[in-house]
Amino acid sequence: MTAYRQILLLTCLTVFAVASILFSLLSGSVDISIAQVVASLTSTEPNLNTQVLQEIRIPRTLAAFVTGGLLALSGAIMQVLLRNPLADPYILGISGGAAVGALSAILLGATGFWLSNAAFAGAVFSIFLVFGIANKFGNWSVTRLLLTGVVISAGWGAVINILLTTSSTNNVQSMLFWLMGDLSQSRVNWAQSLLLLVGLGGGLAVSRSLNVLIRGELLAVSLGVSVQPLRLALFFSASIFTATAVTVAGSVGFVGLIIPHMLRLLGARDHRVLIPSCILFGGSFLVLADSLARTLIAPQQLPVGVVTAVIGVPAFILILRSTIRK
Amino acid sequence: MANLQIQSLTLQIANKTLCRDLSVQIQENERWGLLGKNGAGKTTLLHSLIGQRTADAGRILLDGKNISELRQKELATKIGILFQQGIEALPATVFETVLLGRHPHAQSLLWDDSKDIEIAAQSLAAFDLETLKKRPIDTLSGGELQRLALALLLAQTPELFLLDEPSNHLDVAFQVKLLSVLMDKVTENSASLIMATHDINLASRFCENIILLLEGGESIVGKSSDVLTETNLSAAYGCAIKSIRGDGYQLFYPA
Repeated sequence: MTAYRQILLLTCLTVFAVASILFSLLSGSVDISIAQVVASLTSTEPNLNTQVLQEIRIPRTLAAFVTGGLLALSGAIMQVLLRNPLADPYILGISGGAAVGALSAILLGATGFWLSNAAFAGAVFSIFLVFGIANKFGNWSVTRLLLTGVVISAGWGAVINILLTTSSTNNVQSMLFWLMGDLSQSRVNWAQSLLLLVGLGGGLAVSRSLNVLIRGELLAVSLGVSVQPLRLALFFSASIFTATAVTVAGSVGFVGLIIPHMLRLLGARDHRVLIPSCILFGGSFLVLADSLARTLIAPQQLPVGVVTAVIGVPAFILILRSTIRK
Repeated sequence: MANLQIQSLTLQIANKTLCRDLSVQIQENERWGLLGKNGAGKTTLLHSLIGQRTADAGRILLDGKNISELRQKELATKIGILFQQGIEALPATVFETVLLGRHPHAQSLLWDDSKDIEIAAQSLAAFDLETLKKRPIDTLSGGELQRLALALLLAQTPELFLLDEPSNHLDVAFQVKLLSVLMDKVTENSASLIMATHDINLASRFCENIILLLEGGESIVGKSSDVLTETNLSAAYGCAIKSIRGDGYQLFYPA
């Protein structure tokens, strides 16, 4: 891919990101014009439009962007780490641990703050559980990590089913929304937003090494990559990105698996382009999906995870077909 | 330029001793053949030279420094290796792939230096691959992939080239042609080379020195003319090997 095409791709993605954010800010039950959006950013005057924007739409749009960006970034990293195109942010059981935490919290009647904390605690517990089992006397291989992750993930799945089948109908509704991914209650704090920027910086810093690592461990070693420390960093950073994303929005499917593949098909195979592209495209894709989730059958809201699949599957097939023809 | 000292090296895999007390000194402009039968430890020895395996005894010094104390990146600027398995055919173009050879030398985190691009282009040209520059590597033939792997190694500009079965996937004409090209570049850069191969004739043609690994961890090290004898080779391969002279080359064949 030439430098010209790389710049073109990044420019298009930036335009798409801005457009999707604007679309999200403009859509909803209250009509707000672009001029009013701009005005409300600086205004301190309390009026309905400003209030809707500052308290509802802007935080929710930011939450969607951060979540989508983190998931796509995590997916791209997992695909390099595990050298497996089927890898996604959830493959190592992190979302399963988070789900068990979140569902237990719902069962106990917790919402908001406690629900998020329970999900994050479950995710972190699962990260250390998987790594602890895969890591024997400082020796761990990618295969062990993958197998352990998939097995623990299946274990969490069983616990989730127990919780679902034994809960009251009322709770089950909230649980299913959490499991499918839902942004209606989502807010991100400054630390979560900062994590996306840290991910961008860190990802760019190792992007050259990722280009080599994806070609195989031996080649990477021979070209001067310190493979084992890099893998450790990749595992823990991708895990924290995933844990943060599921804490904000539940286990939104599809974004982490498909966004990196779509971008690779569009030519962003070089990680120096793929990493920023994942953040831009993952973020704006989820912003767009969430805008649709809350407007398509308004005043009812759909879980955003359903919308990501509904627009993602045909979009992916379209890109796959158009690139194969070349 | 690289000066590699292997001192009393012992390598074992699962209680099998591959080499015991092996000492070799390799200086610039030297070309070494590494021979031994299947499973004798040729690949393991090469991997230990890039720090991918730790020695069970003895040490390996590069310019006087133990390689286990060198940073992986520093080592990669001095020693490059062509792996037996070749390059995996992931979706990427020929040029993207050869440019990976410049990884240990890259100055900027994000931008490709024009010097690196130039070296990568020259390496492609050396193996007649310029016309395939933009081709996806999953459309290349086995022979083209092997040429690409050689070009990648050349782009790395190491001071010591390690080759593990470089004649894999190459027909007889290409074996001699490509190895001649590579040997010329090695000489041009005042580098040195160790070539592990099953082909005794290839080693005898291109290498002045030989490490011959024998059963049970013993080894014979020295000038090709001294090491490559019917007696030594027959002992190493466990079958009778004879030689004839033809066209100025000593040729070996199983009797």
